[in-house]
Amino acid sequence: MPRQKRDVPHEEINKFVLVFPSLSVNEGAARAAAGAFIAQMDPTAGELADLKCAISEAVTNCIVHAYRDRLGRIRMTVHLYRDRSVLIEIKDNGSGIADVEKAREPLFTTDADGERSGMGFTVMETLTDRLTVISSPGRGTTVKLLKRLNERGRR
Amino acid sequence: MIKNECSFTAEEKGRTLTVVVSGEIDHHGATALRRGIDTLIWEKAPQELRLVMAQVPLMDSSGLGFIMGRFRLITESGGSFVLVDPSAAVVKMLRLTGFDKKVRTERSTAALKN
Repeated sequence: MPRQKRDVPHEEINKFVLVFPSLSVNEGAARAAAGAFIAQMDPTAGELADLKCAISEAVTNCIVHAYRDRLGRIRMTVHLYRDRSVLIEIKDNGSGIADVEKAREPLFTTDADGERSGMGFTVMETLTDRLTVISSPGRGTTVKLLKRLNERGRR
Repeated sequence: MIKNECSFTAEEKGRTLTVVVSGEIDHHGATALRRGIDTLIWEKAPQELRLVMAQVPLMDSSGLGFIMGRFRLITESGGSFVLVDPSAAVVKMLRLTGFDKKVRTERSTAALKN
């Protein structure tokens, strides 16, 4: 990428892409793979647990909502930056969300049988520093999770 | 090795059913647990359901939905629900959503010794 980007705080130092079908068994695989990749940043156990949990929420949304009645493709990209921030993008080409603001409200759920808590986006928001949701009905959703890791590095 | 397989063991003592859950509880794991545990609840019709969640290293909101669902199932039929030794991951999710105020939690003597 352009040379002038080299010294900006968000200089990317590594990137990892994983594409997988929307099978629920892959929820664990996706967060384990992301966790293994992020480990090179030497995060605390708590930070890693938070990120894995947030990833789990985002991937579950793709499986349960975006590709509700079909199998689709989920693309997860993990970016690592020099300033110790981690950006995880989880993208699907599924049904999309008509009202993102409403979907992000705590306890909002489209689920009728009462087994879903409606807390997915709230959890993602709480466990990261920034949550961005870009969605287009019928075309898909991209969820971006940004977390700044501790400055100490090795403990 | 990806530890994504949730499993449980159950023990019946009088009208109390104790279910020990282990594994990472996400949507995938919760689906499997729900199927097995609800069948058991249906068969045994316990007065009290004790859900032991010490061996749960990771839990997301699907796991929370799983706890809430069993809580509802047992309390709606007049029984009581107790969460025993929830792991840090479980406690975090409960606190985050305010559900910790609603559910009775107990620490077993084994957990208190550690």
